[in-house]
Amino acid sequence: MHALANPARFLRLMAAIRPYAAALAILGLGIGLGWGLLFSPPDYQQGETVRIMYLHVPSAWMGMSTYGIMALASAAALIWRHPVAELVAKASAPIGAMFTLLCLVTGSLWGKPMWGTWWVWDARLTSMLILFFLYLGYIALWEAFDDPSRAGRAAAILALVGVINLPIIKFSVDWWNTLHQPASVMTLAGPKIDPSILWPLLVTALGAEGYYIWVLSLRVKAEILNRQARILRFSAATDRRAG
Amino acid sequence: MRAFFAIVLRDLRLGFGAQGAMLTTLLFFVLAVSLFPLGVGPEPQILARIASGVIWVAALLAAMLSLDRLFLADQEDGTLDLLAQAPLPLGLIALAKTLAHWLTTGLPLAVMAPLLAVLMQMDTAAIPALLLALLLGTPSLSLIGAIGAALTLGTRRGAVLVPLITLPLVIPVLIFGVGAVDAAAYGLTPQPHLLLLGAFLAGSLALSPFAIAGAIKLALE
Repeated sequence: MHALANPARFLRLMAAIRPYAAALAILGLGIGLGWGLLFSPPDYQQGETVRIMYLHVPSAWMGMSTYGIMALASAAALIWRHPVAELVAKASAPIGAMFTLLCLVTGSLWGKPMWGTWWVWDARLTSMLILFFLYLGYIALWEAFDDPSRAGRAAAILALVGVINLPIIKFSVDWWNTLHQPASVMTLAGPKIDPSILWPLLVTALGAEGYYIWVLSLRVKAEILNRQARILRFSAATDRRAG
Repeated sequence: MRAFFAIVLRDLRLGFGAQGAMLTTLLFFVLAVSLFPLGVGPEPQILARIASGVIWVAALLAAMLSLDRLFLADQEDGTLDLLAQAPLPLGLIALAKTLAHWLTTGLPLAVMAPLLAVLMQMDTAAIPALLLALLLGTPSLSLIGAIGAALTLGTRRGAVLVPLITLPLVIPVLIFGVGAVDAAAYGLTPQPHLLLLGAFLAGSLALSPFAIAGAIKLALE
């Protein structure tokens, strides 16, 4: 944990992991999506539209778990003033937001043939939409500060407040949904998953995880280099003024 | 304790004064609700159906209006630095300022709401539930909003950012608040919703002072 607080060491570790993450992403997404989209059986009720699920469900998983990772990294950043954890949290946010958006878009595309409408205020879709707003607020707060070290800690507090509140929001949205409309037709995966569907789904999810680590390592690297460039620019400016 | 009430009183005096945002907030609340009959039409059934949601959403937005100034005004004139030197823990200072914010926004909104409920053709049986729900729910808005206000200290566009980061976090208040009113309008007991609003308030009262104090400390560095 503390050994990784050294950015140079973290970069070396990331460089070592990156090829494996990239391979996992390409193989997992390639095999999983190819299997799911081309070779898995169509659903007896949903027909071919069930294939949207192979992208939709891993996106939903990644969207939710990335917020958890972001909150864990934020806690580490606040408790130990861990500089790299702060960057991991920052770099995770756009990836998590992207997965959440992907989940919303694929859900909407699936909803058109299934429910006959692009958008239904279904409890799960609504929760994902709120999660997307939480990501956007977090990113906006990061971008609003001039000083990155203050931005980091303010955003970390926000991520922790968000992760405490998230289960309550989820509960309240479920509550709201049962009040206003019954969630009868709106279970996405159906009651039981056959292995012929489950396996491509899991392989795709693994590929999505690999993609996350791959892109995360690139984003953290870019962020560290950015900070170094910023420091160099500042010192160059002070040198000019002194000399 | 004396210091706590001194801060509350000071903020109340500022809030009620000519510079205060209390009247503006109330006016916004009334205006926002009055726009709905103009927008959706004057049919009493439609208005009665959407009254609870409209009043709650308008209250939510009105509570956001003055939030960005909650700590910023004190930071600009240096008061916040002095307050942070006080023997009182920063969390309690934040709580005092939040209480004053609620007394000048949440409480007047709740008092004004029954009048708007009549304008919106709300079932009179639901009006006590609306008042109770607003009294229980708006303190949570002030508490969570104060986190947003403290976090955006030192940013360039706090006024836009505070609602952006606060509104998703207060969705449970909206849901349970509207639920209480609708339950009463259908002749059911609003009690479960009110209890949940109370639970949310208890949780935010216990936890948010830490987040607010942490954010203020950060801004004062």
